[in-house]
Amino acid sequence: MHELSIAMSILELVEEEAQRRGDVRVAAVHLKLGPMSGVVKEALASAFELARESTDFSDCQLVIEPVPIVALCPACGMEQTIESMQNLRCPICETPTPQIITGRELEVAAMEIYE
Amino acid sequence: MKPKTRLVEVRQNVLKQNDVVARSLRQRFHDAGIFVVSLVSSPGTGKTEFLQQTLSRVRRQFKTAALVGDLATDNDAVRLARAQVPVKQIITGTVCHLEAEMVRSAMEDWLPDDLDVLFIENVGNLVCPSSYDLGEDLRLVLMSVTEGEDKPLKYPTIFNTADVAVITKMDLAAAVEFNAGLAHQNIQSVRPGMTILHVSAKTGAGMDQWMELLQTQLAQRRQDEVEASAAR
Repeated sequence: MHELSIAMSILELVEEEAQRRGDVRVAAVHLKLGPMSGVVKEALASAFELARESTDFSDCQLVIEPVPIVALCPACGMEQTIESMQNLRCPICETPTPQIITGRELEVAAMEIYE
Repeated sequence: MKPKTRLVEVRQNVLKQNDVVARSLRQRFHDAGIFVVSLVSSPGTGKTEFLQQTLSRVRRQFKTAALVGDLATDNDAVRLARAQVPVKQIITGTVCHLEAEMVRSAMEDWLPDDLDVLFIENVGNLVCPSSYDLGEDLRLVLMSVTEGEDKPLKYPTIFNTADVAVITKMDLAAAVEFNAGLAHQNIQSVRPGMTILHVSAKTGAGMDQWMELLQTQLAQRRQDEVEASAAR
């Protein structure tokens, strides 16, 4: 369970970015989250609600944008979306796909700020 | 009326702080010629026993030391010190994993001279350590035969972030009817191409193969350094 410390890091980033833009108020923060980030979406959502209480961003919403696992298939040479991280294989030709292109993201993509 | 908002792009990695520290650690280790191996597993897989046996062997050839993370107690450091190499305990308190900053601060007043290989034993946990780069060159994930062949399917992320899988307690394999073929298949599904070792720290079986792998990695690193300095 490290979602609480992740939530706190997100809020620190929000604070930093809000200050950099002249102390803007932040309505929402958009997070890109891949299944291979090691972070559980539901746990992070509730940890975020808890963590924001003690900050200046107590009404800031967390919008999680799931990122699919995309891997490069060494056989077909194509980027393929992988359904399950328990089975890293090309969905077309079933070749194992060690090279992951997306799916590890844990990234603050954007913020919604008040005008 | 709902206040107007606009969307601004940020694009920042949430763990950038950790990544920055990890990058500078990696550079520092690299400059000092230290090869760093980290170990992750569930509690009770046998990391400490495996590491103790590893240290006793590695010290015959290389200058080595270990950092060991636990929530509480320095029991592991005491055990590892029996291998007669410098050992430092990191007590994480309530934190369930090591972070790069903990490694950096542990080394502030502790970094033996002329080190060749540093081992970092993470807190026993197969979830949280996967998100944190510690500046290591090689990450081992350990699973014991008593934990079940489906461990990699239950914790795919940690297996995917590791370089080598080590199956421990092989001396108990027959007693628990461990299916090595199935375990390999599961590891390969979550991390295609992963190197897998079988060891028993108790009997010493498989430890030679592990030493060979480590020596190959070290030799490769030395060669990369030579080539890099020749290119400069």
